[in-house]
Amino acid sequence: MNEHIVKSYEEELTQLAAEVARMGGLAEAQVASCIEAVAKRDVKLAEAVVARDERLDAMEIEIDARCTRLIALRQPMANDLRRTLAAIKIAGNLERCGDMAKSIAKRALQLAETEPLTPLTGPIQRLGKLVNGRLHQVLDAYTSSDVDRAVAVWSSDHEVDEHYNSLFRELLTYMMGDPRMITACTHLLFVAKNLERIGDHATNIAEVIHYELTGTPLNTPRPKGAAV
Amino acid sequence: MNMTLSHVTLGHADAVPEGAPIKVKAAGVNVFYGNKQALFDVSLNMLDRAVTALIGPSGCGKSTFLRCINRMNDTIVGARVEGLIEIDGENVNDRSVDPVLLRSRVGMVFQKPNPFPKSIFDNVAYGPRIHGMTKNKTELADRVEAALKKAGLWAEVSDRLNSPGIGLSGGQQQRLVIARAIAVNPEVILMDEPCSALDPIATARIEELIDELRRQYCIVIVTHSMAQAARVSQRTAFFHLGKLVESGSTEAMFTNPLDPRTQDYITGRSG
Repeated sequence: MNEHIVKSYEEELTQLAAEVARMGGLAEAQVASCIEAVAKRDVKLAEAVVARDERLDAMEIEIDARCTRLIALRQPMANDLRRTLAAIKIAGNLERCGDMAKSIAKRALQLAETEPLTPLTGPIQRLGKLVNGRLHQVLDAYTSSDVDRAVAVWSSDHEVDEHYNSLFRELLTYMMGDPRMITACTHLLFVAKNLERIGDHATNIAEVIHYELTGTPLNTPRPKGAAV
Repeated sequence: MNMTLSHVTLGHADAVPEGAPIKVKAAGVNVFYGNKQALFDVSLNMLDRAVTALIGPSGCGKSTFLRCINRMNDTIVGARVEGLIEIDGENVNDRSVDPVLLRSRVGMVFQKPNPFPKSIFDNVAYGPRIHGMTKNKTELADRVEAALKKAGLWAEVSDRLNSPGIGLSGGQQQRLVIARAIAVNPEVILMDEPCSALDPIATARIEELIDELRRQYCIVIVTHSMAQAARVSQRTAFFHLGKLVESGSTEAMFTNPLDPRTQDYITGRSG
């Protein structure tokens, strides 16, 4: 794409995208850390995730402020306008991912005080890796303006749903088998639900990227796993 | 769980329904100034009761195109127009068409307000007088008042109709020449950068006026301000190097233009 005639405008748009990518990197790190904190019962790591969430909140505010300034001072049009709106929306989704990670980290703190549920650690970690992989992929699609990659993330959301559903059934089985495990299993259930929602945010971001790059919404039916 | 919304078309208040009547139709228009070709095979439909904005860099041919509609290019020595321009199906270049009568049907407003060196009243009364449109003084006075009201100027000048038109402010002068144009009941109003010499307040008044007038007329406006084109028009046509690159609903042109040249121009990129 050709560059803007006004260089400072070009720079502002580039910086905006870089800021969104930076926020994405932090959100990804938060998600990875919270999964590790659950799996390794790592209290310190969980506490660090909780503390770092503030930075994501601040970054969202910063991105919103940049976009407001751009709209007021530059009046972006066409693809520039879509890029600006996309930044606001992606930042919002990333902030929610951060909240989910923080919530998972808090559950990790609780879980560290209960009996370890070793057989379930693997499935939770796998779901976490799958979800974080999607987040990573969609952020790559954003930084490389790759609409096909965004669509690939969007159309593979059912994998997360399937993982989540099987984990849900497994947790139910454990709870029915031994009521003493209900507390820990409920925490894990929420962890799984939060991971599934991070996957949904990745899907949302894919939709935003599609609109940003093509100007049209993704409006074909998306493959879905069965609802629980 | 994500909800996948089917495509939602928002009811845009300014949208022109598909199939709205075509007022001015241009087909295969070529314009030459001597040996130099200024327009290449331009075909564009301009709808009635809607504002069509012509945008594009300087020298792209948008003003040349505008001037084809009321045969203003006739007045330029060496200018030659080929192709078809129709108003309500009638070829404006037909021999039977009197250009003077044509220009009463197709009013024009220029970049710099150009009131006659006459009183405010006589500026507006000029057209109806030369075309013999009124029977007596009362009818003429009514017509002047109606035109000034439509142009949103009446309240400001009703107590000084005999003062010279050139004594008004720039914005008022522009509204005066718009009143002069609409006093002869035109069907089409052409505007060539009508706000580029005005301050933001006067510009806003003219834009409000354009929005009022488009409920009654077919308006075609040339503007260098992208924001103005976006604000006042329902349809936008982008010209580049004498060619019509792309035309469509203003909303689509400014959110998702199809041609990369349009995109570069409206987003301020060098193509």
